Amino acid sequence: MDAAEVQALIERGLPEARVEVIDTTGGGDHFEALVVSERFEGKGLVERHQIVYAALGDAMRARVHALALKTLTPAQYQAQRR
Amino acid sequence: MSNAIERIQSAIKENKICIFMKGDRLFPQCGFSAATVQVFEQLGVPYGTVDVLSDPELREQIKVYSNWPTIPQVYIEGKFIGGCDIVRELYESGELQTLVRNAVAADAARG
Repeated sequence: MDAAEVQALIERGLPEARVEVIDTTGGGDHFEALVVSERFEGKGLVERHQIVYAALGDAMRARVHALALKTLTPAQYQAQRR
Repeated sequence: MSNAIERIQSAIKENKICIFMKGDRLFPQCGFSAATVQVFEQLGVPYGTVDVLSDPELREQIKVYSNWPTIPQVYIEGKFIGGCDIVRELYESGELQTLVRNAVAADAARG
């Protein structure tokens, strides 16, 4: 599994989101993802991560050993960039 | 109800702060479990751990129970708080300290 595949799965589940994925070890099972979506608005971190995990489905259980997740609303993302 | 779910529920009930992890606090078997334990060590509060590697059924059931696909998993006062990323994020924002303080204070109030 490579970073592009992980990214494609997340984007399929959250078509509106801005998604960036990097393979942190180069081994194809440890990833870091930034997901920016308006659907995170008003939701806690647990719920946000569950939304992303749901998009990954079986891949998350079987093929991804570790996924460090950063979930932001567009407003939070803008604030971070400033 | 399966035994694993009973073990999960009693661990959460018996420990104000309960960490389901790989290995134990002295010998974590995964970097994310180690990082999570490290946060609570820094906070200097008592916490319990459950080693999911010692119990394959519990290891699978905790994922279903929390609707969370990865280990470690942290519960505070029976509420699922999240995994390693969330714990670190809450620690950096100061929210974890508040959660922990409230949990410990509730304990003290009860005597």
